[in-house]
Amino acid sequence: MIDWPIIIEALPEFFQGLKITLILLAISMSAGFVLALPLAIARVSPNPWLSRPVWVYTYVFRGTPLLVQLFMIYYGLAQFEWVRETAAWYLLKSAWFCAWLAFVLNTTAYTTEIFAGALRTTPPGELEAARSLGMSTVQIYMRILVPSALRRALPQYGNEVVMMMHATAIASAVSLVELTRVARDVYTNTLMPVEAFGTVAVFYFVLTFSMVGVFKLLERRFLVHLRPRRSQTDPGLVPNVH
Amino acid sequence: MLRKITLAATILFASLAPASAQTNTWTKLRIGVEGSYPPFSQIGTDGKLSGFDIDIANAVCAELKAECTFVQQEFDGMLPALNARKFDMIVASLTITEERKKAVDFSDPYYDVPSRWVAKAGAFKDASPASLKGKKIIVLRNSPRAKYVADNYKESEVLLAPKETEVYLELSAGRGDIALGSSVVSSEALLKKPEGKGFEQVGPVVRLAGGSGVGIAVRKTDPDLKEKINGAIKAIRANGVYNTLQKKYFDFDVSPDQ
Repeated sequence: MIDWPIIIEALPEFFQGLKITLILLAISMSAGFVLALPLAIARVSPNPWLSRPVWVYTYVFRGTPLLVQLFMIYYGLAQFEWVRETAAWYLLKSAWFCAWLAFVLNTTAYTTEIFAGALRTTPPGELEAARSLGMSTVQIYMRILVPSALRRALPQYGNEVVMMMHATAIASAVSLVELTRVARDVYTNTLMPVEAFGTVAVFYFVLTFSMVGVFKLLERRFLVHLRPRRSQTDPGLVPNVH
Repeated sequence: MLRKITLAATILFASLAPASAQTNTWTKLRIGVEGSYPPFSQIGTDGKLSGFDIDIANAVCAELKAECTFVQQEFDGMLPALNARKFDMIVASLTITEERKKAVDFSDPYYDVPSRWVAKAGAFKDASPASLKGKKIIVLRNSPRAKYVADNYKESEVLLAPKETEVYLELSAGRGDIALGSSVVSSEALLKKPEGKGFEQVGPVVRLAGGSGVGIAVRKTDPDLKEKINGAIKAIRANGVYNTLQKKYFDFDVSPDQ
């Protein structure tokens, strides 16, 4: 039924594709994280000159498909002669840069909203306590708002990382040979869809569940204060979930 | 209980058997076509299929006196769909290659279009491996042309585009220096369009070694259909139908054995 030799022969290519997928994910998520934090603070700012532009940005990039954004950057910008004459063309010429740019713009939009949501749900008591201690606004952000918001954002942020990992498949549309591209090549060359796409599905499955596992551990570490506490006197009262 | 299972199994197998045992006279044919490879196969604004592939399929059907229906299918899943009996034959500019021959059978070729180099006007005087040394060549991924470039242009860089039309997008965007494409599609998708201004063909047409043209694919289990199709291709080439059709689309001869 399953042609195992095809899979075994293609495994080195699949691992090479896995490497590209992971590099794409790492460079996109790290840049997205760094950018999303200040943008989220701007997004919840009472000053409309700060919050409105960020609002427009996140709505535009969450309101259009990632594939369309990538095509706009990779093919769309290349259409204009003047873009090709600027220094930026040196970067835009590269498929790697275009994929990275599209992924960063996209994931930053989502991550900004996740962080902004977490900032908004800061318990008012924490803020009141900080103010009554005489902390400045900067101190409140640094010591109270951001650390507690990042903790609360953890489960949603974990989802975003997994979604983004799946989205890296889109990079195959602009000639990057990541996991999905490898699967399509194997399929085109062997005409065995189950072997090609089944193998890549297993790769993605293992990746997804490793990531979910890592985020579970992080949540256990950072959200320990939100977990139901096991009673000392009556251990049977709270179900032992995990 | 056991008897019931045996009975059920018997009925099941009995119902499966006739499909393979039945002799098919091929009076009804379902044809897999693609629809996005101008001028061979395209869908008009009225939703109708047209193109050289479609006309050839209709001519073959008329010759076989068969009632034909077209099934449109993405190129990627074409061969598995044929083997899964979604249709009986493929007329979709399918180049006959050794790899594909392992999965399906091919009729005699019904056309053969050479490849051609395309680049910015004046950029190259010829397309020899020496002239293209260190330059970036754009070519369709997983195609016989990509293999040709990999084998013969070892000192050039290669950009593999996922679709034939994207080869020309990349070239006009300047992401590579020269493209090797189908001589017909490169003129339809680039040279005849406004974006193609300033681009030209470089050197003579390229005929790939081992390239054996474009054929109609059938399942390996249907050699009788393959013979019928071969007869029909021979007939339309002899009676002039083929020439009338090719003149409708091309100003040069695309027949497989010039």
